[in-house]
Amino acid sequence: MCLDKTELMMLGVGVVLATSGLVAPQWLVFLLTMALAKSLVVQGVVMQMRAGLVTFGQGLYFCIGGYAVGMSGHFLTISDLPTLLLIGVASAVALAMILGLLMTRYREIFFAMLSLAFSMILYGMLVKSPGLGSTDGFNVIAWTLFGWSPATGQAPLALFVIIIAVSAVLAVLLHRYGHSSAGAMCEAIRENEVRVEYLGQSPRWVLYMNYVAAAGVSALGGGFMALAAGHIDPEMAYWITSGEFVFIALLGGTSHVAAPILAAILFAVVRTYAIELVPHSWQMILGITLLAIIVFLPKGLWSLLSGQARRAKAVEAKA
Amino acid sequence: MNYILETRALYKEFGAVSAAKDVNVSISKGEVVGVIGSNGAGKTTFINMVTGYLKPSRGEILFNGQSIIGRTPRAITRAGMARSFQVAQLFPELTVLDNLLIALAGAESPFPSLLRPLRNEGRIARADTILGEFSILSWRDSKVTAVPQGVRKLIDIAMALIGDPQMLLLDEPTSGVSAEEKTQLMDTVMQVVSRHQVTVLFVEHDMDVVRRYVSRILAFYSGEVLADGPPQSVLDNARVQELVTGGQRAHKGAKA
Amino acid sequence: MLSVYAVLIDGAIYASWLFLVAAGLTVIYGVMRILNMAHGSFYAIGAYAAASLVGWYFNNGVGPVWVGYLMMLGSALAAGLAVGLLIERGLLRFMYGRDEVLMVIITYALLLILEDAMKMVWGVNPYFAYQPYAAMGRSVLAGLKVSNYDLMLVGVSLVIGFALWLWLERTHQGKVLRAVIHDREVAQAMGVNVRRVFTLVFVLGTVLGTLAGALTAPAISVAPGIGVEIIVLAFAVVVIGGMGSIEGAALGALLVGLSRAAAVHYAPQFELFVIYGVMALVLAVRPQGLFGRVLARKI
Repeated sequence: MCLDKTELMMLGVGVVLATSGLVAPQWLVFLLTMALAKSLVVQGVVMQMRAGLVTFGQGLYFCIGGYAVGMSGHFLTISDLPTLLLIGVASAVALAMILGLLMTRYREIFFAMLSLAFSMILYGMLVKSPGLGSTDGFNVIAWTLFGWSPATGQAPLALFVIIIAVSAVLAVLLHRYGHSSAGAMCEAIRENEVRVEYLGQSPRWVLYMNYVAAAGVSALGGGFMALAAGHIDPEMAYWITSGEFVFIALLGGTSHVAAPILAAILFAVVRTYAIELVPHSWQMILGITLLAIIVFLPKGLWSLLSGQARRAKAVEAKA
Repeated sequence: MNYILETRALYKEFGAVSAAKDVNVSISKGEVVGVIGSNGAGKTTFINMVTGYLKPSRGEILFNGQSIIGRTPRAITRAGMARSFQVAQLFPELTVLDNLLIALAGAESPFPSLLRPLRNEGRIARADTILGEFSILSWRDSKVTAVPQGVRKLIDIAMALIGDPQMLLLDEPTSGVSAEEKTQLMDTVMQVVSRHQVTVLFVEHDMDVVRRYVSRILAFYSGEVLADGPPQSVLDNARVQELVTGGQRAHKGAKA
Repeated sequence: MLSVYAVLIDGAIYASWLFLVAAGLTVIYGVMRILNMAHGSFYAIGAYAAASLVGWYFNNGVGPVWVGYLMMLGSALAAGLAVGLLIERGLLRFMYGRDEVLMVIITYALLLILEDAMKMVWGVNPYFAYQPYAAMGRSVLAGLKVSNYDLMLVGVSLVIGFALWLWLERTHQGKVLRAVIHDREVAQAMGVNVRRVFTLVFVLGTVLGTLAGALTAPAISVAPGIGVEIIVLAFAVVVIGGMGSIEGAALGALLVGLSRAAAVHYAPQFELFVIYGVMALVLAVRPQGLFGRVLARKI
């Protein structure tokens, strides 16, 4: 299995980023780790957007990934990082396999609203669970890696390197998936579902696989977030959190697998400064930016970088 | 007698409207059949029922001797019956090549690969070949939205053909195309189709176009089959002239 | 036996509140095909406008109680008209025709903007204008103490529901609206000024939203975030009832109201999400909602 240009580039950038972590200040490493965790969730959102579905409830799987990690540590005293993440992904996939049967019957607004509903169901359940800390949530225990326990102060950097590695590998896989027959079929469904049926395909089956896979990917992000932040709470399943993931997805665009990563980092950086400088106007900035993206850059920021926006304007001018 | 497609006593009611009344059609392998009829005569309804998009109110549809009532368009396509549409059903934001590659991948397997790329040499060669047959290879890398109507109709048909179907149903293949282009378009289509050894049934309004290619005509009116037979006898039929072709001169250009 | 009555009364009160909140949302969707997330903000703006005005009025003890009620309604009306016109003429009319889900995202952006705009105007501290609520006193119904204000709300929602239904079904304007709901293009081809209808309907929906907020204000603590909380509830009701249907919103509100009251009394751990459970259940059985229309694709 040889890697193409894009994949090699992403792995390369991953290596550079990881090594830069050695010299970067603590707060930046922390910020980037959280941003990368979020970017994993956004990858799940983007996977569904490519199939034409906007989910307002990806927080469901984000939260499951996080709570699986937290609960396994708290109640089962598991601290092995890979195991924790695996439990998170497996739980999300299991739930998605059930919910997916219902969700894949819907499109457009109904899909968006139903996904929102399910994430809010989880939110409601968690808030009313005193055993899980209700609205406060609870803390996540320190992680280990195959028995190795990072020294105090080393953990954040170690997690940073791990999440970069995982994100890079996932990016390569998602790149493959995006260019595969199944990935193309997702786009075809977005474009013209009836025609896809007439090509001898089952749109429901393709969307189902996509939905389940996206759930697993987002749960990975939730798991990492729990480990990085050291804390989980029901807010992870609140619909506004899901809205944030949609925002980042739109910010980056769906055309390249690295876009969610860049968008998530940009989002994290801007948000940090905005919350400090104008804490009560942060939402307004988000809203205005979202409108601006929709009106001026419907393909997201990535279209700026790849010159697509310029080329699109040129085609429009000619026509 | 082994027919590739047979309908028996096919009926379709939409409330009070009867879109199909006792339609009995038997098509043999290799035939090229033309379907004519004025707007609302039931031609597209017929194709929709036969391809599984609509469920008949009653009656039987047999493909290669097997009943296909209740089967989905997906299953019927996989069984070997493909179709094109009055309004070309394509993937607008994707390139022409991608449209065909997806059609090909779709035909190859009901479960598309999750990791292996869509664009491989074999598929691209196949797609390029068929694009070449239709003389639209130059549009290969254009987005469908940038492509003119006539070319879109050809892509629509190419996508149906690339899966090597046994039978091809073309719903008004020249609709939306200017009068001058109609004949040329149809010539291209029929040339390609004849090379692929498919049974063809196509809906068409223009009598000159129909006469050129078919060995048999089905004339629909108000959901019923008025006449069924060799072109000359159908077109000479008094009722056909009164209800289908005669009226057509007055209502030229309208869609079914 | 007492708890059954409690469930019925609580359910009716909650249902009428849900209907008031959801009515504007479903009307706007029905005509304009826009699922307006900012409706939550309209509710909040109405609540803030009423609470701040009424709070000032009563704290300065300037006059009779009934003027306070008038101020509530007046402020809601004024706020709704102003905000509705501003948004429809100033932003939305440039966005018509876009994909439905994109419209949701656009109104979501609007919600975010308005949430902070409200903080700028009214600050972050809660308003508590309880006087109109308390002034009505309480009654005893089936052995249970019920606030008269809540009962009034039930009455108001019935009146508004009936008025909307009457307007849509019996007046000429209503017929025009139903024509636009059924087929926008055909209505336009027949001479209906769809643009004007859109402005009218959007402002109506906005006013219904601010009104719901104003009427609720005396019963709650008006603080940042109330809009965000209710919009998901309003969505659920509208989706359950079938988007665009007033009868649907009423029935949906009733269904949810009773379910939630039952949960509160018999299974409190389900209280917060029973509404979404009902929504998931209804959609599983009837994908378009109770009174929704199915539109098959013609090829």
